[in-house]
Amino acid sequence: MLYNIFIDPFVQMAGAPDLLVQALWDGLVSGVLYALIALGFVLIFKASGVFNFAQGIMVVFAALTLVGLYEKGVPAYVALALTLVVMFLLAVAVERVVLRPLVNQPDIILFMATFGLTYFLIGFGELVFGGNPKAMITAQLGLPRGVIDVEMLGGRVSFQKIDIAAAVIASIMVAALAVFFQKTRIGRALRAVADSHKAALSVGISLNQIWVIVWFAAGVVALAAGIMWGARSEVSFALEIVALKALPVLVLGGFTSVPGAIVGGLIIGVGEKLGEFYWGPLVGGGIETWLAYFIALAFLLFRPQGLFGEKIIERI
Amino acid sequence: MSNQIIGGPGLFSRRDDSVAKGEPLLTVENVSLRFGGVRAISDVSFDIRKGEVRAIIGPNGAGKTSMLNVINGFYHPQEGRISFRGQTRRRMRPSHAAAQGISRTFQNVALFKGMSTLDNIMAGRTLHMKRGFFWQLWRHGPALDEEIRHRRVVEEIIDFLEIEAVRKTPVGKLPYGLQKRVELGRALAMEPDLLLLDEPMAGMNLEEKEDMCRFILDVNNAFGVTIALIEHDMGVVMDLSDRVVVLEYGRKIADGAPDEVKASQAVIDAYLGVAH
Repeated sequence: MLYNIFIDPFVQMAGAPDLLVQALWDGLVSGVLYALIALGFVLIFKASGVFNFAQGIMVVFAALTLVGLYEKGVPAYVALALTLVVMFLLAVAVERVVLRPLVNQPDIILFMATFGLTYFLIGFGELVFGGNPKAMITAQLGLPRGVIDVEMLGGRVSFQKIDIAAAVIASIMVAALAVFFQKTRIGRALRAVADSHKAALSVGISLNQIWVIVWFAAGVVALAAGIMWGARSEVSFALEIVALKALPVLVLGGFTSVPGAIVGGLIIGVGEKLGEFYWGPLVGGGIETWLAYFIALAFLLFRPQGLFGEKIIERI
Repeated sequence: MSNQIIGGPGLFSRRDDSVAKGEPLLTVENVSLRFGGVRAISDVSFDIRKGEVRAIIGPNGAGKTSMLNVINGFYHPQEGRISFRGQTRRRMRPSHAAAQGISRTFQNVALFKGMSTLDNIMAGRTLHMKRGFFWQLWRHGPALDEEIRHRRVVEEIIDFLEIEAVRKTPVGKLPYGLQKRVELGRALAMEPDLLLLDEPMAGMNLEEKEDMCRFILDVNNAFGVTIALIEHDMGVVMDLSDRVVVLEYGRKIADGAPDEVKASQAVIDAYLGVAH
């Protein structure tokens, strides 16, 4: 038994390195996408202290809007631009209707409000675009399709072109956001708002403006994640389950850390795939759905603030 | 002394001279503020003259902090008017007040705890930084120049307040007295015309109080910043301020030079209680 758990998987890895590379690659790609979704959570959490439960549904909503507009006869690139406009309007609406009236309320109230937003977006999305699963308009957006097969390590490893594109796009977005948050005036203002609303107000930072900026940024990230996930499967509300995988990613990486979201995403993505592939058979398979939560739980015991989270300093 | 360190062309070059020294910079007229049925401020009027140190004192719950909150736009009074630099306004958002040159500190320090001393004070420069979103994403050329220019001002403030040693420390880790000093630094970074200090010396020991007094006087004298402060330490108030307004239960009961106020029967009654 112990041999099966601790030794055998590694023997298998060494025995068939091409399969290992394939599993790693698949894991990394889903990891990048988890990271992208988690990033949306981090942005909003950093700037408003709100855990945005609706982030998962924003991913679906963005993708659905894009595809839905295309189906209504709008050219693909115009639909993309329009979707960005819709995400901006959503950010403005959220700030006006949800956040502004709830200023200075406890975080849990804002959290509950994002639940409300989730169900609103589900209902609204279904009303306008219908509830049927749709195919992502990958080709129309000029995203590459097909497979690159590489002969290596005595076997053949296949890389989906869309996966490569996803990894590249996600990396660029993540890098840009990280620099933006750390080094610029608006980034500093975002962090300031996260720390103290009244102090931020007193130095002339406009909360309303900052909130619109972060929700829009989170909306753009959601759109990117929605396109990539949609291209790998299809656009439907079932994607929300995938989006919730961002939760263990956040636990692992820390709720306030952009690099944490990335590293956490990669760890969860790779861990899931390797776990399923090498350890799954021991318990009859199907561990991919819960392994991420298991890893996160184990992590919580030892490092509750996550890998890169800000350790909360409390003077007593 | 601090003049040489900091008074160069960098800091406070933006001085607004539309109001002459000694003329009213801010006027509060018949302001009343209610929360539901509670009257926090009733029909209070006073002014703050350019260049002076104005103290607002009174027993706990007298409405002093509410008054500051009205002045910088956190609260909107139901009645009355406030004029700043001759402009009257009914409702004002805190960000507008900040843009007009009113900055403040808080009774219970409100800093950005996760950020360093440097970043906290840099946050005070927000309104002076103009480069937009996309410039900042690019982070070269103009946006970077701007960042460097403001960083220089902030370093001057850090020198002035003698907090070089904790420049990079997250402020949440600093002792209370230093946190208050960083908060003052952040307010100064805004290059205010009017600086509101809410109990700048609360919870400090004697030595820290003396330091803080010195900073306040320097800010007032060397930079010509008008100051309104709330303070409970009467010794400090009498030493620092040019004029004192006294509130009790939301009403003004005295207004004048420190000695006049000290001699006022209403003030003595408010502080010591009256035998009935």
